[in-house]
Amino acid sequence: MFDGLAGRLQEAFARLRQKGKLSEADVDEAMKEVRRALLAADVNFTVVRDFIGRVRERAVGQDVMKSLTPAQQVIKIVHEELTALMGGRQAALNVSGRPAVVMLVGLQGAGKTTTAAKLAQHLRKQGRRPLLVAADVYRPAAIRQLQVLGEQLKIPVFSMGEDANPVDIAKAAVGRAGQEGCDVVLVDTAGRLHVDETLMEELERIKAAARPGEILLVVDAMTGQVAVEVAEAFHRRLGLTGAIFTKLDGDTKGGAALSILAVTGCPIKFAGVGEKIDALEPFHPDRMASRILGMGDVLTLIEKAQRAVDAEKAKQLERQLRQGEFSLEDFLDQLRQVRKLGPLDQLLGMLPGMNRLKGAVNLQVDEKQLNRVEAIILSMTPQERRNPDVIDGSRRRRIAAGSGTRVEEVGRLLKQFKEMKKVMKQFSGMSKKLGRRKGFRPF
Amino acid sequence: MGLLDSLRQGLQKTREAVFGRVAALVTGRGRLDESLFEELEELLILADVGVDQAVGWVEDLRRAAKERGIREAGELRPLLREQLLDAMGGESPTLQLAPQGLSVVLMVGVNGAGKTTTIGKLAHRLKRDGRSVILAAGDTFRAGAIEQLEVWGKRAGVDVVRQEEGSDPAAVVFDAIRAARSREVDVVLCDTAGRLQNKSNLMAELEKIRRVVAREVEGAPHEVLLVIDASTGQNALSQAELFSRAAGVTGVVLTKLDGTAKGGVVLAIRRRLGIPVKFVGLGEGVDDLEPFNPEVFVDALIGVSGEQGSARPNGA
Repeated sequence: MFDGLAGRLQEAFARLRQKGKLSEADVDEAMKEVRRALLAADVNFTVVRDFIGRVRERAVGQDVMKSLTPAQQVIKIVHEELTALMGGRQAALNVSGRPAVVMLVGLQGAGKTTTAAKLAQHLRKQGRRPLLVAADVYRPAAIRQLQVLGEQLKIPVFSMGEDANPVDIAKAAVGRAGQEGCDVVLVDTAGRLHVDETLMEELERIKAAARPGEILLVVDAMTGQVAVEVAEAFHRRLGLTGAIFTKLDGDTKGGAALSILAVTGCPIKFAGVGEKIDALEPFHPDRMASRILGMGDVLTLIEKAQRAVDAEKAKQLERQLRQGEFSLEDFLDQLRQVRKLGPLDQLLGMLPGMNRLKGAVNLQVDEKQLNRVEAIILSMTPQERRNPDVIDGSRRRRIAAGSGTRVEEVGRLLKQFKEMKKVMKQFSGMSKKLGRRKGFRPF
Repeated sequence: MGLLDSLRQGLQKTREAVFGRVAALVTGRGRLDESLFEELEELLILADVGVDQAVGWVEDLRRAAKERGIREAGELRPLLREQLLDAMGGESPTLQLAPQGLSVVLMVGVNGAGKTTTIGKLAHRLKRDGRSVILAAGDTFRAGAIEQLEVWGKRAGVDVVRQEEGSDPAAVVFDAIRAARSREVDVVLCDTAGRLQNKSNLMAELEKIRRVVAREVEGAPHEVLLVIDASTGQNALSQAELFSRAAGVTGVVLTKLDGTAKGGVVLAIRRRLGIPVKFVGLGEGVDDLEPFNPEVFVDALIGVSGEQGSARPNGA
């Protein structure tokens, strides 16, 4: 049905040039495919349009990284934007009250009752004592369903039967929690349409009575365009604090996640991923972004591309090393790359051959020190950076003053740099010899 | 948060814009221009017909408008209506039951689609039409499902054949067929547990139920109805495809159509898989199940208020 965005983009770009900047035409072509992918994944139309506009703006004129094709470059931008929009980080549940009250709301059949039980189980595993509250008095046997689940889990279920008012039930349950020895109250409300005035009003009254710290919208991952209206309506009436995405173990792309986020701005906190009672997982925005884009391998693709970038830079670096051209400027460049990529250890790991050097070189640079090292190098003249040997005592004092460091620190950096260069030269010579002898290829 | 705010504002604006244009479309004021076609595409996408389908139809519409020399916006609506009705396969099919003797109907679908509720409503409907009905409590998995069906059985005034929770659903269906035979009942409506279509073990269980039914009653199952929640997006296509493969789906019941969801994906299902919609669910009452009416459905979908949902100018 849907061949995956990655493949389609590659195809769209096959005729276009491979290098240089992304032109407007390139980006427009790509955005057509991205739009289609997002819509096919059930992201809401308007959300898609705004998203595309934003990505387009960012992409036009951007340099295509050397090791990436234009298609990959666009995917990279789209994926980054999508992950950023989805919140990036996982959001924790606010269960700070005593008792903490969590209210579950949503359309019929979204999976509120099952989710309530799963959530109770999850909280108990964290050492909490949950109380399940059967406030769905409308659907036949909904109370029974929660009771059965409660029995299975040995978690108490509070019910006042089908004739009681849900508002009274919620209120009484919160009062009862203490007596039952419970510290989290989970209120399972009846499913309702977002346009059902009477029932939406009832939710407002339940909220007023139970004063929940969390109001979670339970949403079926298969929901289509209407997700926006639903989330908007529940959010407007109740002020949602988050959402739970259910049935994510199906084969749906789950674009509704993005729609919900765009409308409510509140995070998706959990995902239901199976029929078993412990099949509730924290929601992973980055994985969801890949899934919506319809390319499970997008991350791998980009990671691979990114690794390729580093490999290329590393190759260049290695060439310079062999020719003894490695300067403090290159060193600074490397440092800055590290900071983009992560801790120094990781960069060392990415540089060919560096793993083995790590022990040999006394390169004790922690993250905080990187700032100082950068400042020191930046306080040097270009000539000094290219040829550190010219740096005498007077220059050291000037550099230390300019970078706000001490003369000793400047000296230490220069010494480390010299040491590193020496070891690298030795190593490069060694690997050349090895290469000749045994066909050993370090890269 | 700036981005989210802008997205939210954008949503509001579009909604106003879209419905404004659709109003123009309906009342027939205004000239035909390219932006109108774009907005029609948007309307179809928002109704969940699917992006490829929407693009294709609007392309067809553009061509047809040119051929017929249409100039006014108002003339476009009948054309689109015609097109969608054509895609829907025209006349609505009724439930195919055995002319005499026992008929068996299987109700299948994903979790939470509304199978049990639909069975209750369908039982009521059949009984009103003078047929005797037995319900088979084939959802032996979900907690409370059997009790839920029993409540519906009481409402409709029909018997429910059940076993313990966790028992073999095929055995329950088998029992129900035996009971129906001995009580000379016309129709057995079989509830099944909700299952996601990509779970092959659960789909195999469905195949087994179907086999048992086919072995016990000649020509059965007479109908295999796939229950689809109207708020479902493009995944409904995958549902239709995989449930058909396992259980031989003969028709769709589109539930919860009383909200703002248009259920447009059934157009794609009809078009790609040839499966017609047979009933629509419109509420929680025992009478809230109606035979599918393509005209009412299409009118609701393209923004003319009808019985099967309504255009809500301000997005409810």
